[in-house]
Amino acid sequence: MILLFLKRLAQAIPSLIGVVVVTFILTRALPGDPAAYFAGAAATKEAVEEIRKKLGLDQSMPKQFLDYIVNLAQGDWGTSLTTGQSVAHEVMTRLPASLELTLAGLLLATVVAIPLGVAAATRRDTWVDHLARIIATTGVSLPVFFTGLLFVYLFYFILGWAPAPMGRLDVYLSAPKAITGFYLIDSLLTGEGAVFMASLKQLLLPALTIALFVLAPITRMTRAAMLGALSSDFVRTARAMGLSDTTVVYRYALRNAMLPILTTLGMVFSFLLGANVLVEKVFAWPGIGSYAIESLVASDYAPVQGFVLTMAVLYVFLNLVLDILYSLLDPRVRIQS
Amino acid sequence: MKAFFKQLNYVLQQNRLTLFAFGLFAAFCLMAVFGPLLAPYDPLASDTANALQAPSLKHWFGTDQFGRDILSRVVVATRLDFIIALSAVAMSFGLGSVMGATAGYFGGWFDRLTGRLADTIMAFPLFVLAMGIVAALGNNVGNIVLATAIINLPFYIRLARAEASVLRGAEFIEAAQLAGSGPVRILAVHVYPNLLPPMMVQISLNLGWAILNAAGLSFIGLGVTPPIPEWGIMVAEGATYIITGEWWVALFPGAVLMLAVFCFNLLGDGLRDLMDIRRRT
Repeated sequence: MILLFLKRLAQAIPSLIGVVVVTFILTRALPGDPAAYFAGAAATKEAVEEIRKKLGLDQSMPKQFLDYIVNLAQGDWGTSLTTGQSVAHEVMTRLPASLELTLAGLLLATVVAIPLGVAAATRRDTWVDHLARIIATTGVSLPVFFTGLLFVYLFYFILGWAPAPMGRLDVYLSAPKAITGFYLIDSLLTGEGAVFMASLKQLLLPALTIALFVLAPITRMTRAAMLGALSSDFVRTARAMGLSDTTVVYRYALRNAMLPILTTLGMVFSFLLGANVLVEKVFAWPGIGSYAIESLVASDYAPVQGFVLTMAVLYVFLNLVLDILYSLLDPRVRIQS
Repeated sequence: MKAFFKQLNYVLQQNRLTLFAFGLFAAFCLMAVFGPLLAPYDPLASDTANALQAPSLKHWFGTDQFGRDILSRVVVATRLDFIIALSAVAMSFGLGSVMGATAGYFGGWFDRLTGRLADTIMAFPLFVLAMGIVAALGNNVGNIVLATAIINLPFYIRLARAEASVLRGAEFIEAAQLAGSGPVRILAVHVYPNLLPPMMVQISLNLGWAILNAAGLSFIGLGVTPPIPEWGIMVAEGATYIITGEWWVALFPGAVLMLAVFCFNLLGDGLRDLMDIRRRT
């Protein structure tokens, strides 16, 4: 078991190296001179040169790359030029915001999509099946930034149910003490009911936007996997033995359909971490996506590199977790390994 | 060929939604080709006296902050959005299918190399990679196409590779080998054409994705620059007015964008039914 996971980790190393190299080249190719940007508009030529030296930007490319790798290995992700904060620190404070949003959206989607997919498979070619298909296709066709704006118009401007789309918390409230970084969990742990409700309200619309978008792949995969499981011999046998419909569908078919569903969930999650950028922009959400946009626009190398690296590490980690879940769900995976 | 049309007819009869998608696609193509002729007003002509007018008989979709007619802008934008999506998908399909087929048929070092390449691209958050490429290379249509093509490449490589490695062991390939065909000829004449049906489905679904991607890039300010009409930018421009109640500025371009993606997704579903031999009767 452990050997398998170590092997999987080792397989991810070439991709990670590739990501580090590509990101380094890509960020160096960004237009604009960070030294000039950092020095300000009024700086003299000498001042710009001095800053360039201080930042190590006067070195040759291979030397800069080597320095970057050495620093990375020591846990130093560099400093953001625009905010003056260390990148590792900013990523750590912003990552929970993005994760909270993504997980909430994914949870909402899963709660709707799995029953919908099961219903579509058990009542194939009826109106339920068609409805599921229409909902799923519509959801995936909606650009997230557009759905986000529609929700804002409907629930904030017209109905007034939702708060203004301005970040994670009302400006009058202070954030709960950071324990996990997830406002919902932290406010519950510290017992601040008002903060919990306020952050829940802020979270609802962006989470709904994300959920609508990822409904489609989860519903489709659930339907397809359930159709496969329901037509298999063991389900026929279970039915012949007179087991109740619920037992057959949920205990026999759904459990066997879980593997492909889980794979899809993993893919959707890693995809979402990137697609969040747009939702974060619409709702002024202080996550790492908006951090990446701001840094890209300012040609700020270190945060962009830090962001991409975080994403790549998360992606590798996620795949590892999925592998562990597979072997827990399906004994056959364990035996094969 | 006759069997194909029979199947096409069957699928369209079975699924009215696919028929609807074909009709919609035809309408979009007309708009892309004849857009400037169909638009009732000049999409770039500003008329500040009539800025932010709600939809009326004169301006069906209303006017934006410069008094430009939104209907005209939406219609004219079709061509640009379709060109971006089509050329990006054509690029990733062309390159990805050849790379994937070669890797799947021959295996060996080329297979490992393309596999690693696809893994590396996939390890990036794809939308952010596209953002980075456009930011690094510069804000223009060519770079949006390139960025969209690069992030779609792994899907084509993997699909073509998987199909080709299955075909490699097929009997008709063995027969061709026995008949003395060289590996390049077998790949080009026997393997590659058989990859096309599953690839078609991927292309159709991908077109919708490519349009979404291009519009998303424009939305965050990377990509097509104003005042050129493009659906993503128009939604971005309308975003500021939605909080003050001028909904039509963002709604109409967004809705048309959604319809285009919806159309491609339905087409993809329809094509899948069409290509699926198991459902062929």
